[in-house]
Amino acid sequence: MTETTAPDTAFSPPTRFAVPGRIAVSNRTAALWQTATLTEIRRETPVVSTFRFAVPGWAGHLPGQHLMLRLTAGDGYTAQRHYSLASPPDDAGHIELTLDHVEGGEVSGWFHTEARPGDQVEVRGPLSGFFAWPGDRPALLIGAGSGVVPLMSMLRHHRRRALNVPLRLLVSARGPEELIYAAEYGAETTAVFTRRAPEGMPVGRLSAAHVARVVAERPTGGWEAYVCGSNAFAEHASRLLVAAGQPVDRIRIERFG
Amino acid sequence: MNVTRGFTGRPRVHHPGLPPGQYDAGDDWPVLSAEVTPDLAPADWTFRIDGLVAEPRSWDWDEAHALPASVYEGDIHCVTSWSKFGVRFGGVSLDAFWDAVRPDASATHVVAYAHSGYTTNLPLADLTGGRAWIAWEYDGEPLAAEHGGPARLLVPHLYFWKSAKWIAGLRLLDHDEPGFWEQNGYHARGNPWEEQRYSGD
Repeated sequence: MTETTAPDTAFSPPTRFAVPGRIAVSNRTAALWQTATLTEIRRETPVVSTFRFAVPGWAGHLPGQHLMLRLTAGDGYTAQRHYSLASPPDDAGHIELTLDHVEGGEVSGWFHTEARPGDQVEVRGPLSGFFAWPGDRPALLIGAGSGVVPLMSMLRHHRRRALNVPLRLLVSARGPEELIYAAEYGAETTAVFTRRAPEGMPVGRLSAAHVARVVAERPTGGWEAYVCGSNAFAEHASRLLVAAGQPVDRIRIERFG
Repeated sequence: MNVTRGFTGRPRVHHPGLPPGQYDAGDDWPVLSAEVTPDLAPADWTFRIDGLVAEPRSWDWDEAHALPASVYEGDIHCVTSWSKFGVRFGGVSLDAFWDAVRPDASATHVVAYAHSGYTTNLPLADLTGGRAWIAWEYDGEPLAAEHGGPARLLVPHLYFWKSAKWIAGLRLLDHDEPGFWEQNGYHARGNPWEEQRYSGD
């Protein structure tokens, strides 16, 4: 005797982790390559700069989303990379990326040594709705190094729209000179320095106490947690969140290797 | 062609195994999961196949390891544009599982789901004929948790988001149903050689 189980019309696996249904992704804009013209380069730290582009046809994005960027060599060779958007949505026709100068980096190397205003590159996006925050729920943001880039898009969005929904940022850097966007942080932000700290501040990695203190605020509706950084940092931070009682299905992670 | 002023790219030799738009990650193996890495011991791992099959069933760690061992040696490709050459995974071919459950003739698609809750959809035809595995070893060692250990799905001819980490089960359907990244704008199939990265490609 055989048994055939009829599939449900909408299959729901036994999951604690799901796509945020409230965020829709446009497939049309994601499929389209557009020309982006570099208009400005701002140095953030000795090895990190922000690149501002004019993209007249940009359809807008949600804070936290990323794009695919493509450079083309004279012989037709192309290199493409994913980068998080640093700018908030309300920056009509413009987007900003903040890039590390990666040792031997093929694309970041071009940006940090060759690029100048007027240069053109190609972009497609915005991409992915998972690591995105429309500003409708309390946001607990944790980032390290250039992992703070998509989180800054969220913080800027929060400021520009003067949103009342709670937002907290824990940001980790090796030292004050390596803290990206240092001048932009306010009372919502706690900076953690792992190697060198300003006078009077402790040196050490993001701790259970840092995370527990924010999780314990328990805003109405609960935190939506966003973690961005190296894989090692993301593992560390997400474990601290779980240990502090943050539900595992309300932790979104963006890792880079 | 939109040539980028001053961009030459890194010195390159054409590698016939490199799909368009990809680069060789060398020894790196980036980790790109969107969720918290689950704390899953081999003793707690289970794998189930159900839906449009004659004999739905589950396997635990020892039962799965009693199936004939199978190895994949070759390349893998991530949609974020890195590829990794000459990897070696050990596990069991999905064909051994298909022999046990016997898919119905009406089954056309599969939803793979993970112990973390992650899902991804695949045509059934991409999971038969010796092209897909349940893998628990990498390079002769137990698969690391951050790479999907204790066991992951392995479908190396598609972009790697299809190779669900912490695989918990496959459900066979008579229609396609988008999974996690596919609902987030990624392509339904994800063939690297056709650059099926995003919906609409």
